[in-house]
Amino acid sequence: MGNDLEKNLDRLHERYMNGEISRRNFLKYLGIAGAAAGLIGGPFDFFTKPAMAAKDIRFDGWGGVVSEAFREHAFKPFSEATGVKVVDGEFGDMDTYLTRVKASFPPGGEFNLAHLSGVFDYARYVGLDFHVELDESKIPNLNNVMEAMMTPYRSITKGTLSAVPYDYGQTGIAYNTKYISKEKAESSGASLLWDKELKGKLGSWGDWRTNIWYGALHTGQNPNNIKDLDAVWNALKEQRKMVKKYWASGAELMSLLANEEIYATVAWSGRVAALQAQGHPIGFLSPNNCYSWQECIFVLKGTDLDVAQQLLNFMLEPKCAIAVAVGQKYPSSLDPTKVPMPDEVKKLPAFDPTGKLQGYLFADPPYWNSHQLEWAEKWDRIKAGG
Amino acid sequence: MQEKSWKPWALLGPALSAVFFLLVVPVCFIVVYSFWLRAPTGADIPAFQFGNYAKFFADFFYPSILIRTIRVSLETVALCLIMGYIPAYFFYQSQTKFKSLLLLLIMLPFWISFIIRTMSWINILGDTGLINYFLIKAGMLSKPLGMLYNEGSVLMGLIQYLLPFMILNIYVSLEGIDKSLIEAARSMGCTEWQAFKEVTLPLSLPGVSAGCLLVFVLTAGTYLPPMILGGPGNEMIANLIFKRVIGTLDWPFGSAISVMLLTLLVVIVWTYNRYLGIGQIFKSLQ
Repeated sequence: MGNDLEKNLDRLHERYMNGEISRRNFLKYLGIAGAAAGLIGGPFDFFTKPAMAAKDIRFDGWGGVVSEAFREHAFKPFSEATGVKVVDGEFGDMDTYLTRVKASFPPGGEFNLAHLSGVFDYARYVGLDFHVELDESKIPNLNNVMEAMMTPYRSITKGTLSAVPYDYGQTGIAYNTKYISKEKAESSGASLLWDKELKGKLGSWGDWRTNIWYGALHTGQNPNNIKDLDAVWNALKEQRKMVKKYWASGAELMSLLANEEIYATVAWSGRVAALQAQGHPIGFLSPNNCYSWQECIFVLKGTDLDVAQQLLNFMLEPKCAIAVAVGQKYPSSLDPTKVPMPDEVKKLPAFDPTGKLQGYLFADPPYWNSHQLEWAEKWDRIKAGG
Repeated sequence: MQEKSWKPWALLGPALSAVFFLLVVPVCFIVVYSFWLRAPTGADIPAFQFGNYAKFFADFFYPSILIRTIRVSLETVALCLIMGYIPAYFFYQSQTKFKSLLLLLIMLPFWISFIIRTMSWINILGDTGLINYFLIKAGMLSKPLGMLYNEGSVLMGLIQYLLPFMILNIYVSLEGIDKSLIEAARSMGCTEWQAFKEVTLPLSLPGVSAGCLLVFVLTAGTYLPPMILGGPGNEMIANLIFKRVIGTLDWPFGSAISVMLLTLLVVIVWTYNRYLGIGQIFKSLQ
């Protein structure tokens, strides 16, 4: 109960910070949450716990507009159709979640499904032996999924799957069109994030991979095969002096851009689309060799596979997958040559109408995972001014 | 006699068990982890080696963050002391019947979530925040003043969190001073300032030192204000621990840094207790 209440309050606060609900409604919901806690907390908790022990499955995702889309278009109709409750958790970043999974006992037992980002993350979970082998015959909707998105996962788990690909996107550059013209952004490319005129108005995600990736682009290198690493570190040190804030969550990214604290930053394509939908003057630049990623719904060891596969198949139903894609603003993993996509999906940033994802550059899992410890520490040092 | 001997232990049992299982045991786990190794996948390998501690001292980067933490903690202590003594003295001297209400107001911020209190500074100090908005509207500035994401905003966040602890400690100490001593000093020719300097201030020093210790210890372990209100270069040791444990799954090294921080704080508390006595802190909590 405590965790649910805390989670709901966090979600409520994030929606308020995102500008999705008014201050009046924020305060109203806060009051209702308090009243609910007063009624079913404390001594009554003893009675509510057994009632909550009905068949359920836990899903952890990215929070904000992304989780909202899953809740509304996937979990709610799934629970209505099957009676299985989807317990919806959230995390701020991939590393935080992996730490929680690692800390649970037995590892992976407490958590069931997770919305993981990047094939490298899939590889990390497999490396820690948190994976399962899905029975694909029980997920017939996998036939509609882009082959290009399944192949990287299969190559890690010897032809089998421990996850279904679900969506994809890019970490490109968001810029405020009031202060930076489209022409300037496009001509600068990744180097826009090193523009001295933007000193004190630049932002970046605190994530080591993203920063090293963009450091490689700025220094004219292939991010999946960096030859001159010192040049990347020097570029990041130079950039750090101009950065106002390394943001830590999607909500913080949106707040920094919406409040004009920063004018340019690396940004997740879906969050930029959400800002644009709210009317903010934010442009999205996908520079050459932009950081692309594909997300999956990973099934953790210890999960009831029958229920998990049932939910995964439901989530891959075109009606559900398209509604989630529109809601979270990331294109679906369904092959658009097999499943017709509405205009709302076709207009999303990073959408690929061919279903082949050719020309999209993804992080090479063995390359990035093998350098994680060394590079993450080095990056933390640069970020902290060391 | 025999009955009396077990009763205190029975009464203390639940609290001691809680302290043992929720504090001592986890700290022991952290100490054990600090000797382990980390596999490239993020898995932990049981071992007994001092590599994590050697790594901490081999590179000045890590001690430099510890030094920054100590510096920021000392700055916070100094600012809280200056800002806290005045209201505490006012409460002590005040004859108003609303004194309890005023003291309640000091505690009022604790009724609001720490995260929300910290985040609210973004709306005050930001480029489009309250202060910049009024200064620009009043024509005093042409462009926003950078007040957010620097050490100043981190200190602001720390002070709003810790100031009540300082005020209450000093106030409790002042309340314990016999006012007839001040009257005696005045009757013997002291001015008001001299009476304060020679009588009130020295007698309030136990409360001052207790407040300083509490503020220092809480600042040194704080994590949220540097993360929410700080910019690049404002990270403190708790943020570094978070990154090692969460960001790189390097629990052994994160544990070693935690042990270093814990050791530093234990030494400070022990030194304080040795020379000043820890009891003063408990007085203010009563």
